[in-house]
Amino acid sequence: MDDKTILKVENLTVDFGDQKVLDNICFTLAEGDVLAIIGPNGAGKSVLFRALLGLIPYTGKVSWRKNVKLGYVPQKAFIEHGFPLTVFEFLSLKSNSKDEILRVLTAVGIGAGHEHEHHLEHHLKHHIMNRRIGLLSGGEFQRILIAWSLIDRPNVLLFDEPTSGIDIGGEETIYNLLHELQKKHSLTIILISHDLNIVYKYANNVICLNKQQICFGEPHAVLNPNELTELYGGKTSFYKHEHAEHEHV
Amino acid sequence: MPSLNYLQLLVGVFVGIASGYLGSFMVLRRMALVGDALSHVALPGLALALLFHVNPFFGAFATLFAGIIGIWLIENKTELPTESLVGLFFTFALAAGFLITPQVDILEALFGDISKITFLDGILAVILSIAVIIVMKKISKGFILSTISTDLAKSSGVKVARINFIFLVLVALIVASGIKAVGSLLMGALVIIPAIASKNFTTGMGRYTVLSAVFGLASLLGGIALASYLKLSPGPLVVLVSTAFFVVSLLKSKQ
Repeated sequence: MDDKTILKVENLTVDFGDQKVLDNICFTLAEGDVLAIIGPNGAGKSVLFRALLGLIPYTGKVSWRKNVKLGYVPQKAFIEHGFPLTVFEFLSLKSNSKDEILRVLTAVGIGAGHEHEHHLEHHLKHHIMNRRIGLLSGGEFQRILIAWSLIDRPNVLLFDEPTSGIDIGGEETIYNLLHELQKKHSLTIILISHDLNIVYKYANNVICLNKQQICFGEPHAVLNPNELTELYGGKTSFYKHEHAEHEHV
Repeated sequence: MPSLNYLQLLVGVFVGIASGYLGSFMVLRRMALVGDALSHVALPGLALALLFHVNPFFGAFATLFAGIIGIWLIENKTELPTESLVGLFFTFALAAGFLITPQVDILEALFGDISKITFLDGILAVILSIAVIIVMKKISKGFILSTISTDLAKSSGVKVARINFIFLVLVALIVASGIKAVGSLLMGALVIIPAIASKNFTTGMGRYTVLSAVFGLASLLGGIALASYLKLSPGPLVVLVSTAFFVVSLLKSKQ
């Protein structure tokens, strides 16, 4: 592994019973990369994440750089309306430091902005931190999950469909936020997305996944109609996005 | 029926707090029915203890422990739906327990009688209640997180399977401790009702768990006091008092 490499995946295979869910995945990731994982439903995208995080058994090799810290935003965390947990209490499950919690909330743009500094803590205290987490909107909840992943300053963030269940405006904002965070903290990001616009705009590498690895490389180099047809089985509507800025499937 | 004594009150205080507190976490996990079923699993153990003249706590805990091992294994090793298996455990245990419980003891086993508690039972219940509260407090963060998302918990280094197992042992301990007071048929109510009443009053986790413990305490003390005053069996009265708290909480949550 050279100095820039932060992750090396070799022959990664995952079986669920006698079914191969991931077959022989190989790629490397350099520090500061933004890697997008695309593929149809059931392609094994979330399974790949869970293998990278060491949450499920696999064969092959997943080597992270030594002492790397991973931050993870799952696709969904189901929290019912009545679940008695405030935002502050949720973040306290990961960090005992109030300063750290305030820092990550500010980093995801909650309560910051036009507020005066000395009002910030007051604002957070009375508005976001003490609200039930099950009552947040999709966008607010997503930000809280991102704030969660930023606790303890990770080097690598893994986002599983960071904008599922968020409206288009909110989706743009979340990606802009990720982009800013990435630049500011020189983070390495791996994200699962179904939106090729996002891939072109933010990712410098892409993996096309459909149980097997169909492509890997820079989006403009590897995402051609043939690959996409193979990946999605003829649904080329994924590809034509020149002037469909907000289209997503 | 003997009059109220300090030992009963002492047991009521500790078992009430511990079952209310632990129950708040069971309700979070939507394990209310598991708690109910587990309390029935205690019945055959109680019966065997009565037959062989062993302290009923140990009999109850023995079958409860077997029951939780069963549930835990099923959850971790198979794809079978836990709910239906819990239903199996519950009905099987109730049937077996009813058949082997000596006829004269059946009412006490089903509905409890705290007035028959011995000094040793009392001390054991107090110590176990304190232990349950301390251990639960210790695993609470990991427990809450794995309730929200197993992946999130595992990726944060939480040992999910271990926490679930410890939790079930705590449930078995508290059910075995509380059975003297309210009986195996009604013990489920003691862990469930205070928690759902508290949920209607609170926004955050801290207050929710504490208020649930307070309701548990008030239900047991209120039930025991009423039983002594009305010369009735304490178990059902404890459940009625906690149900009253729940009804009041409904009015509050409607506002």
